Amino acid sequence: MSEKKKMTIIVFSGDMDKAYAAFILASSAAAMDMDVTMFFTFWGLNLLKKGGLQKAPLSKMNMFGLGKMMMQKNMEDANVMSLEALFRDARELGVKMLACSMTMDVMGISKEDLVEVDGYVGAVEYLSHAKESQINLFI
Amino acid sequence: MVKIKVDTRGMNCPQPLVEAKKALRKIQSGEIVEVIGDHPESFTEIPKAMKESGHECEVEGEPNNWVIKIKKA
Repeated sequence: MSEKKKMTIIVFSGDMDKAYAAFILASSAAAMDMDVTMFFTFWGLNLLKKGGLQKAPLSKMNMFGLGKMMMQKNMEDANVMSLEALFRDARELGVKMLACSMTMDVMGISKEDLVEVDGYVGAVEYLSHAKESQINLFI
Repeated sequence: MVKIKVDTRGMNCPQPLVEAKKALRKIQSGEIVEVIGDHPESFTEIPKAMKESGHECEVEGEPNNWVIKIKKA
């Protein structure tokens, strides 16, 4: 078998719908035996806060949470996994999660505020993964 | 021989694939995971993903009622 293919995702947005896109792609790629690294920066870092996945708003038509509730209901009806379950599965399949240390400083986020991650890193660390990857996404 | 059976009926994308992969991680090379499901896209997506990883697949049934046997490489 050839060398493992790699993918990175910069998770810039903290929106629920965009987080879905990021985690679905990450866990699917990991299920295809790809080496996946997610780099959480700016608003994306909110997703890694303890309880942050539940709090993520919709990017459009959130309507103070009403739109999000409707979306969640629709997703439940369509048997789509929750963000928390997707996150757990991505973890279990070996997706690496990196937190942007600069954003943590800017936003006053401490390591204790976040769930367990694989590192607190800067742009260079991200780029070292990205330059070896076949797929690099910004969400 | 089938080592683990996974029932993904009712699940939507990408859960059947993810559950299949989670089960594959628990078995040894040469052993088989049997995945049962009814999600139409996964009927083609699971074999595609498994082929990418070098695992052998045997597909039975139709898009909304299928059994996929995956032999770990």
